[in-house]
Amino acid sequence: MSPTYATLTTAADTHGFLSPTGVEIVFLLVGLVTFGAALVTVTTRQLVHAALWLVVTLGGLAVEYLLLTAEFIAWVQVLIYVGSVVVLLLFGLMLTRAPIGRSPDADSGNRWAALTVAVASAATLVWVVVDAFRTTWIDLDGPAAGSTRVTGESLFQNWVLPFEALSVLLLAALVGAIVLSRKAKAESSSPSVNSRAETGSSPSAPDSRNHPIGRNGSSEGTEPAEQEGAR
Amino acid sequence: MHLAYPAVLSALLFCTGLYGVLARRNAILVLMSVELMLNAVNLNLVAFDVWLSRAAEETLHSGQALTLFTITIAAAEIGIGLAIVLAVHRNRGTSDIDKLRDTAEGHETDGPDHDAPTAGQAEKAEATA
Repeated sequence: MSPTYATLTTAADTHGFLSPTGVEIVFLLVGLVTFGAALVTVTTRQLVHAALWLVVTLGGLAVEYLLLTAEFIAWVQVLIYVGSVVVLLLFGLMLTRAPIGRSPDADSGNRWAALTVAVASAATLVWVVVDAFRTTWIDLDGPAAGSTRVTGESLFQNWVLPFEALSVLLLAALVGAIVLSRKAKAESSSPSVNSRAETGSSPSAPDSRNHPIGRNGSSEGTEPAEQEGAR
Repeated sequence: MHLAYPAVLSALLFCTGLYGVLARRNAILVLMSVELMLNAVNLNLVAFDVWLSRAAEETLHSGQALTLFTITIAAAEIGIGLAIVLAVHRNRGTSDIDKLRDTAEGHETDGPDHDAPTAGQAEKAEATA
């Protein structure tokens, strides 16, 4: 362990703060684009544009992973985030009937408190991180640290049990999402055979929780109409 | 590459997501900000894994394995979160977090809905997930 740290410090001596390499310049430019897109994502008033700027942010992060020689993570990022999560978010925006144009109530009233908290934590984190890793350099030469072969070998040699546990978690999330969306639909549309069979099969706790929500929603039935009028 | 570049970028992205979680009103925009925070953590994990895989001879690549796990958990979280948001929207006609304050103390102006706090709790659990 100690000779590697010795070579690390000697490698740090050969680098300079004011002579960035090409990889660092590219990382900085892509990072600026990513951070700008993230800022637009959290500040824009058009909800669909927020989802589309989120695509730019996640794609920029995939490029950053490629620059850090973690190619498998980069392609997983493109597949999962850009491919499915953003599509899910867009579907959610459409299904909740989000307004297409500018919505004036996208930000809540405590945005100045949120801005204060975010800026304070950003200043603290950046200061701590820069102060801690001022003389630390990543050696990007040699074979890639995150190629598919390396990642697969480490994943299936050392991380098999968490991998399988994660697949169980994914299955549970899948079933949970289906149950969450299906029960509400059976509750609102048709209280016929379908919901009766479901209440027979499901435990009583979510059942007793779900009925009053439906009653509450029917008692507040004028609210969506008001909202549509406001929009 | 200087390790401060990815670390600073991930700190900035995390704080951007923090601002979004605190300041946004629509539940789906809050979910987007949560995704931003999770991605900042992923960038940190990958950067430190690449650094440590050069510093040590034997490495488990735990950073990259944890990144894959985080991506998977984020996908599960977004599925469950959107299902909850859609259920709340179907029951209440809004996905506005500020209007789901049935559990707030001293705010019993909504009438005789004693059972509405379950929806509010589900919404808040989703917002903090």
